[in-house]
Amino acid sequence: MVTEPTPPPDGDTYFLNMGPQHPSMHGVLRLLLELRGEQIVSAEPIIGYAHRAHEKMAENRNYLMFLPNTSRIDYLSGMIYNFAWCEAMERMNGIEVPERALYIRTIAAELNRISSHLLWFGTFLLDLGGVTPFLYCFDDREAILDLLDTVTGSRLTYCYGRFGGVTMDVDATFVAGTHAFLARLRDRLPDYKRLVRDNPIFRERCEGVGAIGPEVAFDYGVTGPCLRAAGVAYDVRRAEPYCIYDRFEFDIPTASNGDSLDRFDVRVREIEESARIIDQALAGLPEGPIMPAKPKKRFKPAAGELYYAVESARGHFGTYVVSDGSETPVRVKLRTPSFSNLSSMPEVLRDTMIADTIAIVGSVDVVMPEIDR
Amino acid sequence: MMTPHSAPVTFAELLGQPWLATLLGVGAIMGFLTLNVLFLIWAERKVSGWIQRRMGPTEVGPFGTFQTLADMLKLLSKQLITPAHVDKPLYHLAPLVVFAPVVAAVSLFPFSPGVSISELDLGLVLVFAFAGIGVIGIFMAGWGSNNKYALLGAMRSVAQNVSYEIPLILSALAVVLLASHPEGITLAAGTPEAHTAPLVGTSLAHITLAQEAQGYWFVLVQPVAFVIYFISALAETNRAPFDIPEAESELVAGFHTEYSGMRFALFFFAEYTNMLIVCMVATVLFLGGWDGPILPGAVWFFGKTYALLFAMIWIRWTWPRLRFDQLMRFCWGVLVPIAVLNLLGAAALAQVL
Repeated sequence: MVTEPTPPPDGDTYFLNMGPQHPSMHGVLRLLLELRGEQIVSAEPIIGYAHRAHEKMAENRNYLMFLPNTSRIDYLSGMIYNFAWCEAMERMNGIEVPERALYIRTIAAELNRISSHLLWFGTFLLDLGGVTPFLYCFDDREAILDLLDTVTGSRLTYCYGRFGGVTMDVDATFVAGTHAFLARLRDRLPDYKRLVRDNPIFRERCEGVGAIGPEVAFDYGVTGPCLRAAGVAYDVRRAEPYCIYDRFEFDIPTASNGDSLDRFDVRVREIEESARIIDQALAGLPEGPIMPAKPKKRFKPAAGELYYAVESARGHFGTYVVSDGSETPVRVKLRTPSFSNLSSMPEVLRDTMIADTIAIVGSVDVVMPEIDR
Repeated sequence: MMTPHSAPVTFAELLGQPWLATLLGVGAIMGFLTLNVLFLIWAERKVSGWIQRRMGPTEVGPFGTFQTLADMLKLLSKQLITPAHVDKPLYHLAPLVVFAPVVAAVSLFPFSPGVSISELDLGLVLVFAFAGIGVIGIFMAGWGSNNKYALLGAMRSVAQNVSYEIPLILSALAVVLLASHPEGITLAAGTPEAHTAPLVGTSLAHITLAQEAQGYWFVLVQPVAFVIYFISALAETNRAPFDIPEAESELVAGFHTEYSGMRFALFFFAEYTNMLIVCMVATVLFLGGWDGPILPGAVWFFGKTYALLFAMIWIRWTWPRLRFDQLMRFCWGVLVPIAVLNLLGAAALAQVL
């Protein structure tokens, strides 16, 4: 339980609860703000409104049955989480994944990353009061959802991975559609730059606002675009390559100030880098099976533990699994990036204006279900 | 009979019965304002739809034109909820205090040569005075609602409106200087009705007549004043990018957070009518009011007004919102100094012209 801190004796501050029902709070985040006028004296994020006990659920079902849960942890990069669980299980069980499936996973995961960043782009602008880019980005994102819908059968909470591959093969239509989408996206990104990035009001609202320096980032375990915006080129895809990311050529975009504008720039450039990866993966897409010739039906990893990390759209996502050799995990711990990123907020929000609260939290890009799990 | 270029004749003189004219005039204004608000909200939704590559309302009536009518009927039929902890007198009075002045202000405008509900020499001053009353209503709403978001919105609104009134009036004053011709000026030159009459710079009709007589619109000689006026007008009407008093991503709905049903509709009505008023003032001050060739004066007047309104809608759906401190810095650090310098320039110009 959180109790309201006692107001200081001079009595010139007051408390304001932002959320969990605030119209523009992201999900069900509640921020307890102590304000002096419009200035924030202290900010405390209060979480737990979307807790669904995913980690506990994992202890009560077998490994395969936890698969649909994974894409509901962070519903915006569900594909990446889904594959993370598959890859962790493949490593624990020593399952070989066919080449084609690895390429398909890379394409799907990067498409998912682009869609997540596009959604963030729109909602961040919405936080700043610009409504129109939101519609444009959702229009683009819709194309990704349609593409993934044709191969996975779902639009948001994917369950595309299986231990050893993926459920369905991609066809020529998907490949052509992905090429067409990337062309369209590259065509439209300059427009977004002119509409948003070049706007003086936008720059005024973002430049130097909500800076997360490398020290603060290390203290709180901030990862993902927020860390890279602070100048630290840490990306799990590069630091400890998983899947087949070591085969592709891509840059890790970084910036130096760690403010909202840098986070914006880093994400936009990540969209371009993801597009590069998809291009290479589509070019190198081999023929062949998408599942092992004889898939296993029951999974009983040997007793032991495994920590498997991937780069989600928001940062370092880790899956820690403890097995006792049975069909059910003993313990699953999910290290979600939004949780750590959000925990830096009291430090970052101090002494900012109330209007910047939403903008800063928005620029960090938190997904509440991922924090509460 | 009135002629197109005669000295202003009021509506009252036309009908011969002052009380009847006033009654009819107020009724006409109310009807017009209601239609205007219905149209503006529909236009706002349609234009925002086009800007955002979607359809906007399409279902109710042709091109969704009756959508806002349906919305208004819905708001009319809703229960009026009074939250438990409000300051009742302030809470109930606030929508009326916001609503009444805008209706009064509209009645001062010369829509066409000789057509206005009440023609006063101090028309421009009165319009700004009525605009000032609305701020009190907004603050009453914010304070009376007993809600922190509403109070924050009201505080922002008062600070913003009071600050932006200064560049607004300074830029209008530049035009007043140019439009004043106490020594008299030849009106309707080149026509049989040509005559010389003195013009008062604060009379809305006289400002239009001055532009007609001098042959150019004041936007050509006072472009800086026009830009300052338009920016300040956006702030005065709480429109994006200056919509911080009701910034929905920060303050839920700002000062009208606790209002619902018809009370909310009154705020909405006042907001859109305020937009109309500032655009009508801009039309009179800078764009020559009813002045224009061939078409009747009223067509020109409303054509210009709605073109400006379209620009306001366009701006709202294109730009993000400023932060409060940036907004105030922009006003006091940029607009006010430029407006003062421009006023000095206009004073010099008025001596020359």
